[in-house]
Amino acid sequence: MLDLQKYSCLGSALRDALDRFSGETCLIEADREREKTRLTYSDFKETSLPLARALEDADFDAGERAAILMTNQSKWLISAYAIFYSGGVLVPLDYKLTAVEQLQLLEHSKAQVLVVEYHLWRAIMQAPEFHNIKTKLVLVTEAPLGADLAGGFRWEDFKRKGAPDFVMRQREDVACIVYSSGTGGRPKGCVLTHENYLEQCRALTAWYPFWPGVRYLSILPTNHAIDFMVGFIGPFVCGACVVHLRTLRPEFVRDAFVRYRITYVALVPMIVKNLERGLRAKFDELPGWRRAILNRLIGLNKLLTRRRARVKVSRTLLPQVHRAFGGELLAVFTGGAFMEPSTMQFFYDLGIPVANGYGLTEAGTVLTVNDLKPFRADTVGKPLPGVELRVLSPNEEGIGEIAARSKTVMSHYLDDAELTLETIVEGWLLTGDLGRFDKSGHLQLFGRKKNMIVTEGGKNIYPEDIETVFDGLPVKEYCVFAVNYVWAQKELGREMLFIALRLEQNQRFDSSLLQEIGSRNRKLPDFKRVGGYLVWEKDFPRTASMKVKRQGLAEEIRKTVERGAVVGL
Amino acid sequence: MQTAEQTLDEILNLAAVHFKVPREKLSPDDDFFKTLEVDSLQTLDLLTKLENHFRVELPDYELQGVSDFRTLAGKIQARL
Repeated sequence: MLDLQKYSCLGSALRDALDRFSGETCLIEADREREKTRLTYSDFKETSLPLARALEDADFDAGERAAILMTNQSKWLISAYAIFYSGGVLVPLDYKLTAVEQLQLLEHSKAQVLVVEYHLWRAIMQAPEFHNIKTKLVLVTEAPLGADLAGGFRWEDFKRKGAPDFVMRQREDVACIVYSSGTGGRPKGCVLTHENYLEQCRALTAWYPFWPGVRYLSILPTNHAIDFMVGFIGPFVCGACVVHLRTLRPEFVRDAFVRYRITYVALVPMIVKNLERGLRAKFDELPGWRRAILNRLIGLNKLLTRRRARVKVSRTLLPQVHRAFGGELLAVFTGGAFMEPSTMQFFYDLGIPVANGYGLTEAGTVLTVNDLKPFRADTVGKPLPGVELRVLSPNEEGIGEIAARSKTVMSHYLDDAELTLETIVEGWLLTGDLGRFDKSGHLQLFGRKKNMIVTEGGKNIYPEDIETVFDGLPVKEYCVFAVNYVWAQKELGREMLFIALRLEQNQRFDSSLLQEIGSRNRKLPDFKRVGGYLVWEKDFPRTASMKVKRQGLAEEIRKTVERGAVVGL
Repeated sequence: MQTAEQTLDEILNLAAVHFKVPREKLSPDDDFFKTLEVDSLQTLDLLTKLENHFRVELPDYELQGVSDFRTLAGKIQARL
C-alpha cells in the first residue's frame, strides 16, 4: 500500500494509487446477475480526468463544495475522485432521505455542484422546495436521452478533453462534510479534514490490510463513513478491488459473495442476522446424520480457533459453508448499531470472523474494532492505533461517557460553533455513548447518554428530526424521546422512540387521536417511526424562551413511571 | 391485461403464502412491516417472488418508502 504519512491530501494519494496499480482491477459493478462495469485503475483514471477537466472549465475552484447523491456505484467513486482532484470538498448525501430532507442538507452545505442519480433528481424536481435550490451545476447520471433535467447536465456527457490541473490540498484542509443527522432542524455537518481520513485509513489498514487481489463488497451506502473508508479510500490506496451491487436483494448479495470471491464486507446487523437466518434454515433442512457431522465439525473448529482465527483450518473443516461465501472471505465488519453477540459467535464458530467495531461520523469512521486476538463477541474491540479513549465520571461499575481524542476526530460542525463547543471539549470528543473497558482493554458499550436511537439498519435517528411530522397534532403539547434515554438500560439493542403527549384540559385519549398519530407516523420511513406513546398528566417544563426542557421532562417521567407505561403503537 | 385489483389480490395471496400467515390477516392498506413483523430485507425477499410471478423487474429504489400492499401493487401494475 502507499505510505500515507507522505501524503497531504486524499487527492494526491488516490492519484498515485491510480498510477501505481494501473493494471489491477479497481471496480466491478453488477446489477443482479449482470456485470455492468469492470474498470482497472488505469480505466478509472481515464474516466475521471475528463470529468475533472470539465469541472475545472466550469470554474469549480479549490475549496468549493460538491455534493454526491447516489446509490453505491462506480460513478460515485469516479465523481468523488474528480472532485478531490480539483481540490473540492465532497459532501456525501444520504440517498435514503426524502427529497425535502436532501434539499435541506444541500442548502445547508452550500454545495455549488450536485452529482445525482436520475431517479433521485426526478424526486427532487417534484418537491415543492425545489425552486429554492441554489446549486449552480447539476450532473445527472443515467438520465434518459432528452429527459427534462431542469437545467442539469447528463453526467455521461459532461467531460472535456485535455489534462486538468491537479489541485494540491493540505492536511488541515477540509476534505468532506458528512451529515450525521439534523434533517429536522439543526443539521449536524461533520467537517472532516484530509488528515482525518489519511490517519483513519492508516490505522484501519494496519489491523485489516488490503492488497491487490482483495475484493471488498460494497453494500453499506458509500455516503456513510464506513463504506467511504473501507469501500473506497482503503482499498484504492492498497490496489484492491471494490465490488458494487445495484441491488441489495439477499439472494443477489449471497450470489455476489461466490461470483466475485469476496474478501471483506461491511454489513449492518440486520443483514448479518438475515444471513444467519438463511444458514440456520439450511442447517435445519439437513438429514439428522449430516447435521450431527456438521455439529461435530463446528465443535472442532471452535476448539481450534478459540485463541485466534485460523481461516485455512476453518475452510478445510467446513468447506461447504465457506464455499457459500465464495471461499475467500476473511472477515465481516460490522458496527454502527447493536449486534447480538450470539450472531457474531455463530459466524465465528463457522470460521467467519465478524469484526465488531464502534465509531461515529464525528470521529472519522471507527474508534475501536475487534482485532480477533482473540475473538470477543461481547465487546466492540480495542482502540485503533492513534486513538485515545477515556471513560468520563465512571460510576461504581466503571461505566461512564466515552470521550475520544485522535487525529481522526472532525474539525468542527459546519456553521454551528455552539454545538462544536459542546461536543469537542479541550480536544476530547464527547461521544454521548456509555461504556467501560474490561481488564484486557476491550471496550464494552452499555447504552446512551444522548437522546437518540440507532436502528438495526445502522441509522441514527434523533427525535428532533422526526417531531415535525407531528406538527398540528390535536394535543396541548408533545415530545419524542428514545426509550433508553428516559429509562437508561445497561445494554443496547431493541431501541425505540416514543411520543410523550400532554392532552388539553378535559381531552381524552381516544381512537381518533390514536389514528391521527398512526397516520402521521406512517408518513415517516419505517425505520424512523415512533414505537409507542405515553400520556403525561403535567405541563412540560419549558425554558424562558418556551422551548421544552427535554432533559427535565425525561427526568420527571423517569421518576414517575416505569418504561412499561409506554403503550405500543 | 389484468386489473389493478387483480394484481393487488394476487400480491396479498402470494404474501400470505410467503410469510406463512392466513390470507384474511392481510389487507391492502396494512403496513406490512408492522402486520407481518418483518424487516426491509425480508420484504425484499418477497419482492423477488413477486417479480418472478408477474415477470417484471423493479429496482430497489422503487420500493423505498413503500410500506403497504396497495402502493406496492401500483408499482407492479405500472410495469405490467
